[in-house]
Amino acid sequence: MVSPTKVLRPLPLLTAGVLAGPVLLGLFGTLLPAFGLGPLGPGLRLSAFAAVRDWPGLVDAMAVSVTSGVLSTIGALAIASLILAGWHGTAAFRWLERLLSPLLAVPHAAAALGLAFLVAPSGWLMRLPALALGWDVPPDLLIVQDRHGLTLTAGLIAKELPFLLLMMLAALGQVDQARRMAVARSLGAGRVAAWFKAVFPGVYAQVRLPVLVVLVYGMTNVDVATILGPNTPPSLSVQVTRWMLDPDLGQRSVAAAAAMVQGGLVLMVLAGWVGGERVTACLGRRWIWSGLSLPEGPARGLGLILATVSAIAVLAGIAALALWSVAAGWRFPDLAPDALTLRSWSRFGPEMTMVAACTMEIAALSTLIAVLLAIGCLEAEHRFGLSVGQRALWLLYLPLLIPQVAFLPGLLLIPATIGNGYEMPMVIFGHVIFVLPYVFLSLSGPFRAWDGRFARVGAGLGASPDRVLWSLRMPMLLAPVLTAAAVGMAVSVGQYLPTLLLGGGRVSTLATEAVALAAGGDRRAIGVWGLGQTAAAFGPFVLALAIPALVFRNRRGLRHG
Amino acid sequence: MDSGLVLDNVRITEGARTLLSVDAVIGPGQIVTLMGESGAGKSTLLSCIMGHLPSIFRASGRVLLDGVDLADHAPEARRIGILYQDPLLFPHLDVAANLGFGLPRGGSRGERRARVVAALSDIGLDNFADRDPATLSGGQAARIALMRVLLSQPRALLLDEPFSKLDADRRDQMRRLVFDRARAAAIPVLMVTHDASDAAAADGPILRL
Repeated sequence: MVSPTKVLRPLPLLTAGVLAGPVLLGLFGTLLPAFGLGPLGPGLRLSAFAAVRDWPGLVDAMAVSVTSGVLSTIGALAIASLILAGWHGTAAFRWLERLLSPLLAVPHAAAALGLAFLVAPSGWLMRLPALALGWDVPPDLLIVQDRHGLTLTAGLIAKELPFLLLMMLAALGQVDQARRMAVARSLGAGRVAAWFKAVFPGVYAQVRLPVLVVLVYGMTNVDVATILGPNTPPSLSVQVTRWMLDPDLGQRSVAAAAAMVQGGLVLMVLAGWVGGERVTACLGRRWIWSGLSLPEGPARGLGLILATVSAIAVLAGIAALALWSVAAGWRFPDLAPDALTLRSWSRFGPEMTMVAACTMEIAALSTLIAVLLAIGCLEAEHRFGLSVGQRALWLLYLPLLIPQVAFLPGLLLIPATIGNGYEMPMVIFGHVIFVLPYVFLSLSGPFRAWDGRFARVGAGLGASPDRVLWSLRMPMLLAPVLTAAAVGMAVSVGQYLPTLLLGGGRVSTLATEAVALAAGGDRRAIGVWGLGQTAAAFGPFVLALAIPALVFRNRRGLRHG
Repeated sequence: MDSGLVLDNVRITEGARTLLSVDAVIGPGQIVTLMGESGAGKSTLLSCIMGHLPSIFRASGRVLLDGVDLADHAPEARRIGILYQDPLLFPHLDVAANLGFGLPRGGSRGERRARVVAALSDIGLDNFADRDPATLSGGQAARIALMRVLLSQPRALLLDEPFSKLDADRRDQMRRLVFDRARAAAIPVLMVTHDASDAAAADGPILRL
């Protein structure tokens, strides 16, 4: 493996192109058909927008997008903050962190399917009062897929909480939380109040981009909204996807117009969020001036309860998937199946395994590309001092901040131009766009923290920069590189919309199959597929922990992490 | 003068500010000590000599090694070894592979291995070849770091506060070992330190920044 300097130098530019190019091209490609232009369009006209305006579900669909996105972001941010404020540094926090961290890897679709099993009228949760009160049929309630998207909102909170918590945890070191807390508390503030007054503003500034990612994802995701969100009408992004997949190709321009509406809606909400930040900052300053404290005990209790409930809900959901996948008969309101059987696995297992192999192939290839690009960029930064500034960070977040439904449909211009038959490369490339930011963010910290004196010692011993990279830096960073790769593969395994749209219906992954099954309601099939998707996301993490432990079993200096 | 390390009017600037200017000749086997307050740019001068000067600095003047201007030589082609206050043994390699890392090309695998084993025996660490560097004491690691750099046959040696992390009794021992070996190899040595006893032990010219 050699990376001559000539290859390295243009790599940051290439990476920027990989991140921004598809987004810009895709937005353009969505814009064209929305206005009746492009290869399939009849010429400039606004009929597609008129069709969107005349769709009776528009207002409800927009409302669900906004409320589920905004409320889930506020909810996850609030719970993460309460937990950090009330419990950071305690045994309870370490326990909760251990409970929440693995949930980060659970794919959105699998988590949503599990939650649906849990909270449905015939789900585990409702069986408790049913047993107590002697109901023998599930109550006639619309819990999952409720009209206002409340279950969707709750599901998004549970899934995004671990992400925000870990991002905020990483930011604590940069804002010197320990000393800020010590000073604020010595000035008489309680634990929670001190944290919100003295630490939160700094932490929020650090995690602002991830918070916006959560907001945009909450407003525009298709997988979770299909499973947990309302159906008639669905959220706007789900409806865009339905129009995109309509056999009547004429509906694609309607989809494009609706995607533009969705994009505009996201921009408006982002603007509103930034305004909300200002208002919150202003209110916060007033609160600090007021000298008022907080009800410490209730605030700590609330944070702990909400975070625990959220973690247990996702875990219980996965457990429900697992149990259904091996359940023989399981009547309402029994808490456990009558008997266990492997029948569902022998029935759905073989096909699931084949799709899993395809999923892993896509994940491995897209992650490999992303890891190589990330290492190349970081190495170029190190060798040529091409420092990555704040602007580059925005670039990294660009594919996560622009709604997928707004630019992925536009990328279908590519197969329309070069012809069909390139579905797999398209899907893999589409995954790279979303895998790369997470791989880069995961790898950049350890890469930059590597002691540069090793490189100088190596050069002093006659090692070229390439040899320093491959025989010193990479082996020493094996664990973080593998962790970044596992993060990348988990992200890829979870990708739904890029696979669905760019695969043109010819590429099946665990994500597309699991979401498709959700509508059918065959719980045993959902159990097998949902569990398969969860395992596919977790497998690489197990390897990322096991390989360095095995390779460096006799190297104590590399086993601290 | 042809052999040795020559700093010919080397001047390092950061923007309009002059960080340091040095003019020195270090002959083979000679140990020159550079003393100065922390922040005086001692380590920056070492980076400049090695060819790693951070891009915010500018250097003028010439650095010559055995009569050759180093300006056009990549860091790894300069053959200037360095020892820091930490031994910086590569943690993923065993002791033998650390020592073999900088061995110049040539010779069979067996011959190279034999040179490593001989070097270990030379510093009283027989049977340490397969050891994990993380299991060594500070003094053992320091000695191996020294042998690693000597085995790479450097044409000059830089010492960046090399003894400051050792215990007082180890420090004397290590100083003697480093200075004796460097003199025996007849290579110019530039030592950066703020410890006056290092300078006294080096028994050579002292430059102050």
